[in-house]
Amino acid sequence: MRYLPKSPQERQDMLAALGMERPEDLFAHLPADVRLGRALEIPTGKSEYEIIDYFKARAAESGEGYPSFLGAGAYRHFRPVVIDPLVTRGEFLTSYTPYQAEISQGVLTTIFEFQTMVAQLTGMEVANASMYDGSTATPEAAMMAIRLTGRDKVLAAGSLHPEYRQVLDTNFQHQAFPVETVGYDPKTGRLDLADLEAKLDDETAAFILQSPNFFGVIEDVKAIANLVHSVGAKLVVMFTEAVSLGALAPPKDADIVAGELQSFAHPPSYGGPYCGVLATKRDYIRQIPGRLAGQTVDADGNRAFCLTLSTREQHIRRAKATSNICTNQALVALMGAVFMSVYGKEGLRELAAQNVAKARYLAEALAAKGAKAVFTGPYFNELVVRPKVAPAKVNERALENRIIGGLDLARFFPELEGAMLVCATEMTTREQIDRFAEAFA
Amino acid sequence: MYPADYRYTKEHEWVKIDGDVATVGITHHAQDQLGDVVFVELPKTGSKVHAAQSFGTVESVKAVSDIYAPLSGDVAEINEELVDTPETLNDDPHGKGWLIKVKLSDKGEVDALMSAEEYAAYVSAETES
Amino acid sequence: MIKKVRQHQTQNEPLLFERSQPGKKAYQLPPLDVPEVDLAQALGAENVRDEIAGFPEVSEVEVIRHYTRLSTWNYAIDLGLYPLGSCTMKYNPRVNEHVARIDGIAWSHPYQPDELSQGVLRIQWDLETYLSEITGMDAVTLQPAAGAHGELTGILLIRAYLESQGDARKVVLIPDSAHGTNPATAAIAGYEVKEIKSNESGMIDLASLEAALDDSVAALMVTNPNTVGIFEQDIKKVADMLHAKGAQLYMDGANMNALVGWARPGDFGVDVMHLNLHKTFSTPHGGGGPGAGPVAVKKHLTPHLPVPRVVLHGDKYVLEHDRPGTIGRVRAFCGNFGVLVRALSYILAHGGDGLRNATVDAVLNANYIRKGIEDRYHLPYKAPSMHEAVFADTLQSKLGVKTGDLAKRLIDYGFHPYTVSFPLIVHGALMIEPTETESKGELDAFIDAMRAIADEVENDPELVKSALHSTRTKRVNETLAARNPIVRWEP
Repeated sequence: MRYLPKSPQERQDMLAALGMERPEDLFAHLPADVRLGRALEIPTGKSEYEIIDYFKARAAESGEGYPSFLGAGAYRHFRPVVIDPLVTRGEFLTSYTPYQAEISQGVLTTIFEFQTMVAQLTGMEVANASMYDGSTATPEAAMMAIRLTGRDKVLAAGSLHPEYRQVLDTNFQHQAFPVETVGYDPKTGRLDLADLEAKLDDETAAFILQSPNFFGVIEDVKAIANLVHSVGAKLVVMFTEAVSLGALAPPKDADIVAGELQSFAHPPSYGGPYCGVLATKRDYIRQIPGRLAGQTVDADGNRAFCLTLSTREQHIRRAKATSNICTNQALVALMGAVFMSVYGKEGLRELAAQNVAKARYLAEALAAKGAKAVFTGPYFNELVVRPKVAPAKVNERALENRIIGGLDLARFFPELEGAMLVCATEMTTREQIDRFAEAFA
Repeated sequence: MYPADYRYTKEHEWVKIDGDVATVGITHHAQDQLGDVVFVELPKTGSKVHAAQSFGTVESVKAVSDIYAPLSGDVAEINEELVDTPETLNDDPHGKGWLIKVKLSDKGEVDALMSAEEYAAYVSAETES
Repeated sequence: MIKKVRQHQTQNEPLLFERSQPGKKAYQLPPLDVPEVDLAQALGAENVRDEIAGFPEVSEVEVIRHYTRLSTWNYAIDLGLYPLGSCTMKYNPRVNEHVARIDGIAWSHPYQPDELSQGVLRIQWDLETYLSEITGMDAVTLQPAAGAHGELTGILLIRAYLESQGDARKVVLIPDSAHGTNPATAAIAGYEVKEIKSNESGMIDLASLEAALDDSVAALMVTNPNTVGIFEQDIKKVADMLHAKGAQLYMDGANMNALVGWARPGDFGVDVMHLNLHKTFSTPHGGGGPGAGPVAVKKHLTPHLPVPRVVLHGDKYVLEHDRPGTIGRVRAFCGNFGVLVRALSYILAHGGDGLRNATVDAVLNANYIRKGIEDRYHLPYKAPSMHEAVFADTLQSKLGVKTGDLAKRLIDYGFHPYTVSFPLIVHGALMIEPTETESKGELDAFIDAMRAIADEVENDPELVKSALHSTRTKRVNETLAARNPIVRWEP
């Protein structure tokens, strides 16, 4: 086996050093009735060439090369070429969680920079080192609000990503209260403020909002924050499209901002691995779940970094920890950090502006074919349209032209049957949009 | 090492009784085991504490310890200074590093606590094993 | 007698923000092929942000140099032995990275139609099949994003199953040698945690288990081999005892690298377990993630598995979302798919025989290290070791040198330390897991280093206590970081 660095003689010598003859002797102490008495039924080991062949064949069966108008929490953005050579450096790729700070300054420094950039981007004061993804960051943010308020009722916007909501429900099924939904205005696609006001009370720990919401519509965070804070609850603002933060005012009035950073340098990759983030106010730092890197000095007085406030975490506080999270998404966070370094202050805004422009062109092209926008609220790079024929029909026609269409919303929102969510990014070309529009005829 | 006029618990807290008010802290041995204290979490003034139940935590870089109330009563005062200078707990555990003052509800509970001599013996027995 | 390392060049590098200058760029976007729009007009002026204060502005060369220089301050498997116990730091094959980046795999969208996703679904199907075979379990879900996430999924499965039997019960039993994620998980799933003592051999004490086991117990969470690297000899009996009381046996698969091809949890009574693909199946740790924590179950738990499930309809793979009895969704989309790709690549490279041989070398390496240093370091449990050996600093601490000091000194010798002070049942623990990745030469160098350090402790304990002596960064003041948390850069 090419990954095993021992000659047969060395292996034999090592066994001999242990007073053993055969590899089986290493397992002789296992009770006989637990030992596997046969070979594993897995085909003989393959060469690199064969492995690549296997995966190339799978890739060819997976819509390789198709333009796509899907967003809905997983976005196609250009990945600057410098990202992969940097993140595949062995020192980053093959290191563990930086518990031994002195020989992990590389990773620790990148985490510190990542935390800084996420805080700058979201308008929050502090951010953690990453969560699994946006969906699992949702219950983590809700639990954090529960700890902060000592209350246990959670409300969530009906326009929160439906799968984020499902994850929230899974995590909350054994909590005191089930999560309650606040509706959206069927005209604007924005949150129904009256419904929010009616459901907020002095037992509410958190209201979870998404902006831009699942329909792509930008919410009035300030007005919502005022309502939420008036009953002493915490406002959690989620996002799924990080590029939007290049153009949109950050949700400064939130208490916790959490979301998904996949847009920053990770391809959709059939849903993962992505990179969840969680940012908040400095005062709440002891309630943050997951890892945090902090600045300090070494014995020579030089600036150094280490993981800090670890007593919040499972390996120390065990059953009383803020979360059970251990492994996070460090390498994907590093991709995000490199992405932010590449685009920087100007680039992120320009990138966001291109997304806005493409989505406007898409909206106009589809409207010209009779597929009008369903909501009037402002949107970033995706929107809901109602084609003249069923969304399934549109997608079928698009597929005949080797184009992946939009998301049929009936899957998650029965009341929106006949409507679909479409997305355009800087990678969507005018020519692709024009061809896709043909499917709406 | 351990002030003779204090009483002690097996969980390594000390108590100094002054009328019906008890000052509570953790012992030199406790802070030594814990290492550099980085954070202290204390109850609110006015809240109730119950003998043998946890009322707060002391954190070092790599450990969290519950602090147990030696006696029952109402929290009359907390040591606010520890919020900004938790290291006081290491520097002066039996003095400036006190944690809370409790207005006792049952002075009889004091009798169950160890004397300085008993505690010193308890600590050396524990370290031996 | 430092054999592995000599000083090498390291470079200073400021933070990105300190390098930043207005007007520097590392990007260039193509010209728009659609009409430009005014942001304030399109989004509403009140929704448009001011510039991102403090965000970096650097050139492409500086991006490359910045991250490359930082990388040189980091230890890694690619540099040598990384013997963190319980972490299984094995070689991360580069072909895994290559195949995960093939366009059709990297760019497939989780909502693209199933008929256009046959390849990515087949990858999951194949991986589930192999993991079922390796674990001896009946079904596998690939949804959980990491080990702790798998634990939560597993405990929710047990809860759902027990509820379907009429009573979710209240207590989860956990041995005192367990990983911290176990009690944290049980608490989050709404269970009360009760600790079970280990016996003098480092194994679960059956009498303690018997005493704690009543009708309120939902499950026992056990790691096998346990965190002292010892196979639980009575595991079948433990399973029988639990099952007799209607409780379930959960296995933390963190140490599965000791068993692959030699013993299967499904054959020794485990009802549900998680695997860490970033440990046993070689997907890179990446400085802390991403991982993946598939959960394998016995038949009676399958109705409760999280959605979606990959199922085969005729010769077509389909994602099934509607499953009555499911615990629900544990993560959006389809788990950490890219990690699954890498794990499958690892399994394909080994095949059944290769996996079994890898386990041999993993166990051989651990025992070789044990043999090499057991006369110099205290070995608290004498039972045969599997994939890791756990020592204590008993001899050294008498001279004032603790496991943490020994670990720092090991860095001077060019090695990443072992896991320090875990498991908690061993006072002053040194938990050493070499994995199959290490050559005899690397192991011999490590053994020499450990023996040399033991000598130093006897002859010059100050030298060890004052380590590090050779690194770019000296001992980091973690106390200061915790007392005065600075977790972001400020201008």
